Amino acid sequence: MSDPILTFDEAMEKYDPVLGFEVHVELNTKTKMFSSAPNVFGDEPNTNVNEVDLGMPGVLPVLNKTAVESSIKIGLALNCKIAEYCRFARKNYFYPDTPKNFQTSQYDEPIAYDGYLDIELSDGTVFRVEIERAHMEEDAGKLTHMGGSAGRIQGADYSLVDYNRAGVPLVEIVTKPIQGAGSRAPELAKAYVAAVREIVKNLGVSDARMERGNVRCDANVSLRPHGRERFGIRSETKNVNSLRAVEHAVRYEIQRHAAVLDSGEPVVQETRHWHEDTRTTTSGRAKSDADDYRYFPEPDLVPVVASREWVEELRATLPEPPAERRKRLQADWGYSDLEFRDVVNAGVMDEIEETIAAGATASVARKWWMGEIVGRAKNADVDPGQLGVAPATIVELNKLVEDGKINNKMATEVLDGVLAGEGTPAEIVEKRGLAVVSDDGPLLEAIDAALAAQPDVANKIRGGKVQAIGAIVGGVMKATRGQADAGRVRELILEKLGVEA
Amino acid sequence: MAAINRDDVAHLARLAHIEMSPDELDRMAGELAVIVDAVKSVSEAAGDDVPATSHPIPLTNIFREDVVGHTFTAEEALSGAPDAHEKRFKVPAILDED
Repeated sequence: MSDPILTFDEAMEKYDPVLGFEVHVELNTKTKMFSSAPNVFGDEPNTNVNEVDLGMPGVLPVLNKTAVESSIKIGLALNCKIAEYCRFARKNYFYPDTPKNFQTSQYDEPIAYDGYLDIELSDGTVFRVEIERAHMEEDAGKLTHMGGSAGRIQGADYSLVDYNRAGVPLVEIVTKPIQGAGSRAPELAKAYVAAVREIVKNLGVSDARMERGNVRCDANVSLRPHGRERFGIRSETKNVNSLRAVEHAVRYEIQRHAAVLDSGEPVVQETRHWHEDTRTTTSGRAKSDADDYRYFPEPDLVPVVASREWVEELRATLPEPPAERRKRLQADWGYSDLEFRDVVNAGVMDEIEETIAAGATASVARKWWMGEIVGRAKNADVDPGQLGVAPATIVELNKLVEDGKINNKMATEVLDGVLAGEGTPAEIVEKRGLAVVSDDGPLLEAIDAALAAQPDVANKIRGGKVQAIGAIVGGVMKATRGQADAGRVRELILEKLGVEA
Repeated sequence: MAAINRDDVAHLARLAHIEMSPDELDRMAGELAVIVDAVKSVSEAAGDDVPATSHPIPLTNIFREDVVGHTFTAEEALSGAPDAHEKRFKVPAILDED
């Protein structure tokens, strides 16, 4: 049963959206937040655990120094203040994803607070998102619901628990309410999560792979009539775990809220589950008295004191921020604002940088990625970087063209061959017999034939109407099945007819 | 007496997933009130000049280097579990939470 929705335009006409995000970032430390068990994805279940992760009686957590440093770096990169003194707290709840019956988190004393991130939208508009806080906590174990309707909790008979992920260091980044985005809200949502992901990846503190859950987003959406100050009631869509899904989920929730409000009903404050297949959300759990987490300071851990010296030492290690890097790359590559924005929006900036590093010029790299690969990726419904084109392949293709061995048309055919797994460009040229005919002998024969077939045209050219040459060149290209170098054909025709170009 | 009533106890019991009979709720409300009163006496001993503390020893920054230590095998990890399946803990489905 699907919820009624308004069109996005109707929703925007009547209501003003307010957004909020909680982004969980898994740190890529070697060990867990409070135990020395390995922080590794994809291992056999319940093998990366020890007594601390399993919450056995009498064990003591000990804080991972690298995780604290990574958290401070994230705070600095988000323009936050770093707390001089902060503590952990227990968030108490009973659910099998934590064997301790509480999650060790931070409550009223986050390590980082009061920051902001300037988000650039696709048309260059810059939107400032204010960061409320970034706090340290631990991830929970992974539940798999068995029986009932495949994998969903509704109707499950039992659940299986793997605690390998329990205790993996997390930083939760919470925004302040984001107002004023209007119809750009879905785009801003995607751009914000993309920016956070880019920052933590750039810092080297997380693998930042959304498909593995390294970066997870809970999206809060509420609507209010235009002009009203007070916020509407929000829904929180949990675990929206791809950039595209973030955009779609925010858009959908705006449309759904608008329909609820239009019907005169109040929006229910609840969690929503995102379904990628239908691009809709369904009702999760309404906010209830079970949300009473009874936080209290964690008595097994001592406070963290971040001296200003330590913070400055860490600040000095921060890499160039992604936004500044973009400015530098644009200048280095000599792209116009529009060209560069297209490259960024297409998600191929890193790929172009690598291609240039592999030996291509900036314009050649752009031509291939933007002109050929982005479109193919779109058709295949994957990110361009995932299509499997190595920078070296582009360099090789371009060299084949520059050396006159193949023409541009053939080069795109070779690219298709590479993507189809037929081998390297050189191998494909060989296999498919794609070499440009550069031996003038066969060309001259084809030219003679083309001139004989169109004597009127030949006469026009002799008479000085050089622009008529296209018809002869076309005939030659057809006869050679496109394998001739058109420029050379033109030269030979003019030579043959004794006309100066 | 501290204000711990029967509803407070029922709420806590629900949060802790503990089933309690009406008799138990009544009895526990009284007992908890006594305990809370006892704890409250701390505030008489500590004046405004004594900051709240969460740890008895005045230490900060007790860290561990990020070096991998020991782990259990799946068999060891599951050895105390009431039920297990495919190297994972098997638990009843809990439907009222996500």
